[in-house]
Amino acid sequence: MPAVQETIDRVRSIDLDQYKYGFETTIEMEKSEKGISEDVIRFISAKKDEPEWMLAWRLDAYKRWQTMQEPDWARVSYDKVDYKDIYYYAAPKRPAAMSLDEIDPEILKTYEKLGIPLREVEVLEGIAPERRVAVDAVFDSVSVATTFKAELSKAGVIFMPISEAIREYPDLVRKYLGSVVPVTDNFFATLNSAVFSDGSFVYIPPGVRCPMELSTYFRINERDTGQFERTLIIADKGSYVSYLEGCTAPKRDDNQLHAAVVELVALDDAEIKYSTVQNWYPGDNEGKGGIYNFVTKRGDCRGVNSKISWTQVETGSAITWKYPSCILRGDNSRGEFYSIAVSNGMQQVDSGTKMIHLGKNTTSRIISKGISAGRSQNTYRGLVSAHRKATGARNFTNCDSLLIGDQCGAHTVPYIESKNSSAQFEHEATTSKISEDQMFYCQQRGLSNEEATALIVNGFVRDVLQQLPMEFAVEAQKLISISLEGSVG
Amino acid sequence: MADITPLRSAAEAGLSKLFEATRMKYPTGVSIAREEAFRYFEAVGLPTRRVEAFKYTDLRSAFRDAAHPAEMPSAEVAQAAVASAKGFAGIEAVRLTFVNGHLIEAESDLGRIPAGVTVTPLPRALTEGHAHLDRLTPVRQASENPIYQLNTAFLADGALIAVEPGAKVETPLHLRFVATGAQAFSTATRALVVLGEGAEVTVLESHEGPDGVAYQPNDALDVTVADSATFRHARLNAEGREAVALSTLSVKLGAASAVETVNVVVGGVLSRHQVYLNFAGADGRAVVNGAAMLNGRQLADTTFLADHAATGGVSRELFKTVVDGEATGVFQGKIIVQQAAQQTDGKMMSACLILSDEGQMMNKPELEIFADDVACGHGATCGALDEDLLFYLMQRGLPKAQAESLLVQAFLGAAIESVSHEGAREALVGTIEAWLAARA
Repeated sequence: MPAVQETIDRVRSIDLDQYKYGFETTIEMEKSEKGISEDVIRFISAKKDEPEWMLAWRLDAYKRWQTMQEPDWARVSYDKVDYKDIYYYAAPKRPAAMSLDEIDPEILKTYEKLGIPLREVEVLEGIAPERRVAVDAVFDSVSVATTFKAELSKAGVIFMPISEAIREYPDLVRKYLGSVVPVTDNFFATLNSAVFSDGSFVYIPPGVRCPMELSTYFRINERDTGQFERTLIIADKGSYVSYLEGCTAPKRDDNQLHAAVVELVALDDAEIKYSTVQNWYPGDNEGKGGIYNFVTKRGDCRGVNSKISWTQVETGSAITWKYPSCILRGDNSRGEFYSIAVSNGMQQVDSGTKMIHLGKNTTSRIISKGISAGRSQNTYRGLVSAHRKATGARNFTNCDSLLIGDQCGAHTVPYIESKNSSAQFEHEATTSKISEDQMFYCQQRGLSNEEATALIVNGFVRDVLQQLPMEFAVEAQKLISISLEGSVG
Repeated sequence: MADITPLRSAAEAGLSKLFEATRMKYPTGVSIAREEAFRYFEAVGLPTRRVEAFKYTDLRSAFRDAAHPAEMPSAEVAQAAVASAKGFAGIEAVRLTFVNGHLIEAESDLGRIPAGVTVTPLPRALTEGHAHLDRLTPVRQASENPIYQLNTAFLADGALIAVEPGAKVETPLHLRFVATGAQAFSTATRALVVLGEGAEVTVLESHEGPDGVAYQPNDALDVTVADSATFRHARLNAEGREAVALSTLSVKLGAASAVETVNVVVGGVLSRHQVYLNFAGADGRAVVNGAAMLNGRQLADTTFLADHAATGGVSRELFKTVVDGEATGVFQGKIIVQQAAQQTDGKMMSACLILSDEGQMMNKPELEIFADDVACGHGATCGALDEDLLFYLMQRGLPKAQAESLLVQAFLGAAIESVSHEGAREALVGTIEAWLAARA
């Protein structure tokens, strides 16, 4: 059946024309020379004041990258990026700020406009504070501010730009960097390894529950630049952290590249919750401009009983190529992937996840909703695999797609590979088979099948969405309220 | 970067040599695109796992050598081979017998072809010409496939079966393929079935051969189903244990036509059955099922594509795989719903039971949808036998092996329930029982 009117209206209300973050900040920038070369990499490394080993790592990646080919298996078509024609490093000219007062007021204004709180709200005695979030703000190639650092360090939590961490905690960084996404993992990850400029580094010590949400806000501002951020989060034994990521960019007629790498490591009994609201500029209705979002995100449940959960709300980017994955290495570890991908206009999304079951009794759950409207193409591509030793592995996958209008496309490409007889995999495209028990419970209380399904699916997502900063929440709430009616497999 | 010239495997080089050597011998009256097909194959080569459509089936390593195309066997050899053929043997049918890929008229019922049906041996059609030859390759996508193109390049024999409009053929036609010999050989056969408007026909297909011989059959069945016609088809792959068996079924469905096909696999060290459906007319209906029983080091690949190009098409696919030993089951399915194909209803399901520690199953059920008013679904499950059910049966006094057999039989049975022809259905149930009996 076709989509219901209410759904159509809701999707329209988050239409492309309403991209609110498309403004540009005029500010004096310092850039590397155009294109990529060993010199540019040395320049970036020097700018970051990096130790020798880091430079060697980058140069090695660059050497390998030159032998690699851009992948073409995804269901997206775009004008190939001219890697010689972009700036790999762009940073505001002002010297590094020690306090907020020293930051260029233009940048402060930018983040204000985006609704990102860079000022730590003083806590008044006797008044319970609003939920607080520590923010690392990345502007093109550098982090311009990180809030609540002092308070976090009291708990032993390290939250800082990765360039700073390389200098201050070289052992930690060296131990984990590239251990989840190897340097030569794929074309874009290798490029990132060579030229990454900033991103966040998080380390949660054993047994610590991170006292507040951590978040990084990525902003591309400068023309003709690429953003190559690198995020590394390590949750040591028994710790917990919830991390949010947001991203926006100005409206421009040409395409800009964003090739990030995110690595998560969860040790024994640790849990990482990673949420993304991806709202890069999607281009106009004719497909002009927009961000190419080619990112590699992977979590490694290295310890027993560890858990990694990815939540993503994807509304932006002209082209999305993104597969947040979980390697379930530790016994009893859990991986989750909740995704809502809305494409409109001429957007092309090829996104999904990989759940790689290596340990015993590992479980994973994939809930993916793709909504395509306009002339967009929305593809879910996912892998669930159980290796020989993954005895008792369980997976449940549910991916729904919804088409609005007859000019768009929705595609599903799941790979389900089982090499263990005791692994139990279920891949369902129908909305009626979420969990018999939960469904029964809801229906028993008078909810229709559709209502119960929506409630349960949204329940998973809402959990995380409610914890998103307000400026994300409004949009995200709108998204999840989209009904599943009329969805196809 | 400089262009890379891929190294050709021994089998690829061998195939090129064979093609050069044998193409003069093929019937030449009507040119079919042999040359073009082989050039296509040469360009892409034997697919490896790097080719997405062959992600789980590495033909390059499966074909160590290019086996010589089989010669026409002597009458005695053919007779002996046919005498031992068991597939669909007890069923009252009109038989066309192929031994080592050659039509054996003496072992076929060419004399008692039912009314409304004409059968022309393919070599004759190719030499003398035939009105239906333009119906070869009814589904475009098949020609983008190296297996099908190899079949075209080496096509040696086959049959052209035409069913008159309105003819309701009661007696099934049985295409009986038997392989015999002690040396490796290859075969390339194609049957072309053209159903006129409102016609109905049942085609049974059985493939058998000796164990221990690495022969390489490559067979294709091209079917055109005119408006309101019905095509029913049951296929049994009981090839020898060392055979590398490749097969393609392509069907073009007219308006309000119906297609029912099932493929049951027990044979071959490696088998790949490809099904291409093209819903060209509105309101076509297709039921495509499969059941595979694998053990040892077998690999069975079912690759399915349904291309809905017209409105109101209904497709139902159910593939069941039972994996024992170190075997591998592969299912790749894809439903394409084109923009014009509104009100399409497609459901694709692949279910697998893994009975052993070393067995494995690879599933890839894809959807590609461009129309907004459709209901499409796919599902894939994979797991071991349900302990609870097993316990239930054992509690009632069944030994474990028997309880397992019963559950496996029930599991596989769902895929062959759709077979309309009672005799064929029973024969396939018999195949399942025999496989289970050999296992116990």
